[in-house]
Amino acid sequence: MKQLLAFFFAGFVTAAAFAQEAPDALVMKITEEVLEIVRKDKDIQSGNTRKAIELVDAKVLPYFNFQHMTALAVGKDWRKASTQQQQQLSAEFKTLLVRTYSNALTGYKNQKVVFKPFKMNPGEIDVLVRTEVQQPGSKAVQLDYSLEKLDSGWKVYDVTIAGISLVTNYRDQFAQEIRNGGMDGLIQSVAAKNKSLESNLAKAEK
Amino acid sequence: MTSFTEEAKRYVKVLAGAVLVLSVTQTFAEENPLDPFEGFNRTMYSVNDALDKVAIKPVAKAYDFVTPLPVKAGVGNFFGNTGDLWIGVNSAMQGKFSDAGSDIVRLLINSTVGIFGLFDVASELGFEKHDEDLGQTLAVWGAPSGPYFFWPFIGPRTLRDTAGWVGDSYVDPVWSALTRSIAVRNSLVALRFVDIRASLLPADKIVDEAALDKYAYIRDAYQQRRRNQIYDGRPPRLED
Repeated sequence: MKQLLAFFFAGFVTAAAFAQEAPDALVMKITEEVLEIVRKDKDIQSGNTRKAIELVDAKVLPYFNFQHMTALAVGKDWRKASTQQQQQLSAEFKTLLVRTYSNALTGYKNQKVVFKPFKMNPGEIDVLVRTEVQQPGSKAVQLDYSLEKLDSGWKVYDVTIAGISLVTNYRDQFAQEIRNGGMDGLIQSVAAKNKSLESNLAKAEK
Repeated sequence: MTSFTEEAKRYVKVLAGAVLVLSVTQTFAEENPLDPFEGFNRTMYSVNDALDKVAIKPVAKAYDFVTPLPVKAGVGNFFGNTGDLWIGVNSAMQGKFSDAGSDIVRLLINSTVGIFGLFDVASELGFEKHDEDLGQTLAVWGAPSGPYFFWPFIGPRTLRDTAGWVGDSYVDPVWSALTRSIAVRNSLVALRFVDIRASLLPADKIVDEAALDKYAYIRDAYQQRRRNQIYDGRPPRLED
C-alpha cells in the first residue's frame, strides 16, 4: 500500500514538473515537433502557406504570449489604449505574426537547429533561449527566443532572427500609424494588411 | 582606366553633394532623429527597389535556380575566405586577439587544405567564422552611428557604416590584390554581388508580407542587426 502511494505520489511530482518544464526544454520540444512535421510534409516545403499556418496555430501558438508581444511592439503608447483596443490590436498582430512565421517555415529545406548552452538561475522568470539555424553552404543564422514565466507556464514573448526582433522591429511603423490615425488607425492598418495578404493567398490557391 | 580609390572618392563626392541638395529641398517633415534624410532615403530606396525588380533579382533567382548546392556552397566559402584576413585585422583592432588568431588560422587552413577557400574546412575543425568589419570596429572605438542613409546600389548604411564600407572596400582583396585583370575582377565582384543577393531571396517574401512600411521595416531591421553584430550576438537589453 505504502509503495502504491509512493508510486502515485511520484507520478504527481513528474506531472507537475512537466507543467513547469524548463524554458529551453520547451523551445526544444516545440522546435523538434514542428520540424518533424515539416520534414515529412511536401506541401509545406513547396510553399503551402495555409498548411503552415495551421501547423503553427496548433503547435506553436499555445506557447506564445501575444498580448505581451503586441505591448512590446507598440511601446509606451500601449498604456494609453483601451482594453478593447488592446485586444483588437493583439488579435490582428497575432494574425500577421503567425503568417510571417509560417512563411519562414515554408522556406525550410534541410536546416538544422542547434541549441546553445543554456544557463538559468533559480527563480528567474525572464530568460533568453539561444539557438542557431545551420544550413549547408550558408552562414548559421542566430535565432533566439525570449520567454517569461506565467502561471500557465513559460511563454515566448519575443523572437529574434539575426539580432532582429520580429516584434520590436514594428515599433517605428506602429508609432507612425498612431501619429497619423491614433490607436484605431493602427488597428485598421494592421487589419487591412491582413486582409490583403489573405486575398492574395486565396488568389494563389485558385 | 580609373583606379578604385578614385572611383570611390568620386562616388563619395557625388553622394555627399546629392545629400546636401536633397536635404535642403526635401519636403518630408521627419520626426525620427536617426533618419534625418528620410525624404532622400525613400527616393533612393524606390530607385534601388525598381532596379532590383527588373535587373538584380531576376539574375539572382536564375543563379539560385541553376546552381547546384555544392557549387553555391563553394562560391560562398570562397568569398568568405577572401574576407577572413580583414576580419582578423578588425578582431585585433577591437582587442579580440584570440578571435584574430583564429581568423588567421582559418585563412591558412582554408586557403590550403580547403583548396583556395572553396571548402570551409576550418569550421569543421572548430574555428568559428566571425563577423567583423570596419564599421563595427569604429563603433567599438566609440564613434557615433551618425544619420542613416539609403545609398544607391549599396543600400542601407549609417554614416559610420558608410565610412566603414569605404575602408572595407579599399582593402577588399577581390577589388585589389588578388586580381590584376579588370575582367576577372569585375566578374568576381559581380558573382559575389549575385551570390549575396541570392542568399537574401528567402527574406524577400517575409519582408514583403510582414512590413506595414517596407522602407521603415528595412531601416529598423538594419539598425537592430548592426547593433547585434557590434555586440557579437549578445547586445545588452534596451529599456522599453
